[in-house]
Amino acid sequence: MEASVVVSDLRVVRDGTEALRGVSLEVFPGRVTGLLGPSGSGKTTLMRSIVGVQCVNRGDVRVLGRAAGDPALRHVVGYMTQAPSVYSDLTVRENLRFFARILEAAGSVERALATVSLDGHADQVVQTLSGGERARVSLAVALLGEPEVLVLDEPTVGLDPVLRRDLWEMFHQLAARGATVLVSSHVMDEADRCDELVLLRDGRVLAQESPHALRSETGTADLDAAFLALIERP
Amino acid sequence: MSPRITGAVARRVLSQLRRDPRTVALLIGVPTLLVVLLHEVFAGRNEIFQHIGGPLLGMFPFVSMFLVSSITMLRERVSGTLERLMSLPLGRLDLLVGYAIAFALVAAVQASVVSLVALELLGLDTHRPFAVVLLAIGNAVLGMALGLFVSAFARTEFQAVQFMPAFVLPQILLCGLIVARDQMAGWLEVVSAFLPLTYAYDALARVTGPGALGARFWVDVTVTVSVTFVALAFGAATLRRQTP
Repeated sequence: MEASVVVSDLRVVRDGTEALRGVSLEVFPGRVTGLLGPSGSGKTTLMRSIVGVQCVNRGDVRVLGRAAGDPALRHVVGYMTQAPSVYSDLTVRENLRFFARILEAAGSVERALATVSLDGHADQVVQTLSGGERARVSLAVALLGEPEVLVLDEPTVGLDPVLRRDLWEMFHQLAARGATVLVSSHVMDEADRCDELVLLRDGRVLAQESPHALRSETGTADLDAAFLALIERP
Repeated sequence: MSPRITGAVARRVLSQLRRDPRTVALLIGVPTLLVVLLHEVFAGRNEIFQHIGGPLLGMFPFVSMFLVSSITMLRERVSGTLERLMSLPLGRLDLLVGYAIAFALVAAVQASVVSLVALELLGLDTHRPFAVVLLAIGNAVLGMALGLFVSAFARTEFQAVQFMPAFVLPQILLCGLIVARDQMAGWLEVVSAFLPLTYAYDALARVTGPGALGARFWVDVTVTVSVTFVALAFGAATLRRQTP
């Protein structure tokens, strides 16, 4: 299988500090890949680089065979930023309709609303929603159209357990249809829901493997312990 | 550029304004009140009201749209929606022209209401009132273009608001509205020749005045339109697909 995202020796300096110090990794379609690491480890910078909105100092990022940010990719890469990037003075549906018009995907608005369980709030102004609901509006925008590559920056933060489980199920359904799903999280208990893990710390990739392989390799039972074992490994 | 996306942006900006009726009321109510106030202040010297009232009608939209557009674009940057838009198939001109269409429509309503009040209720005797509304719309787009451009240099709303007195008030002082340019100190007259509002004001003064428009009017219009396009181009340059 060919990787849909290929990052080679990526270096990014943000605000005078090296956010990424030579990151190389491959992300494959048909899987949910978890990007895990403590906050400040470079997850957001890496995701921004893959979407093509990050100024890059060195290295190369290719998505579906094209340079990240290539105009041809703008229709097929769905991106959810960490802070909900939607218009807080519009209703949920107005937001989705606006972004759908840009993507020529007007038909996918209702489906995206249902996917994030916001169909009951569609005509509510975003400002009046809770933090978790706003995050879901932002996620729904990323799902508009039929994105082949989904880059989701901490999409499940602050959501209730039932909804989190449903969303992870949805990520796996999208992957099963052949999409590339890259999801970041700083919560290790979400790692077990991924098919593949990329562990990031201090702007470097510590490991890239399946949760199962990671546990057996480090001889630990839970992933938090595995992460520690990797960090402390000489 | 695509008409579909440009239209989507314009519709979105108008829906945002529709959901904020207080701002709309202020946009239309404040200049109306100011014209009434001007009329009352010069109650004993009507010739002054007649002289500056007409040009002022065309300058309110410049000030309002400068402010509204710089804040709207700043919010777009701060909230992350600009970053999202830049990752979507939207051209930078789609965004700017979409804004221009929306704000031009608002300016048309604003200028029409204020002109109606001034002409019908306050007895402002302006020549070519329709041309005033047209020029007002042009000035609104000029103000918007400058506002979008300078908003790139503001990090907070406090800074963006301060750009209004910094960029707009000196232009109002120097454009010839308060003191005729040929009566200013020589260096001020030279400075004013480099400020776009000078030309916008001169066009308005000619349109609202009794005389013929003259060749200078068309120079004014050409300069104003050109500066608008240059400011839009600079504004487009401040919209980066990639940010540090």
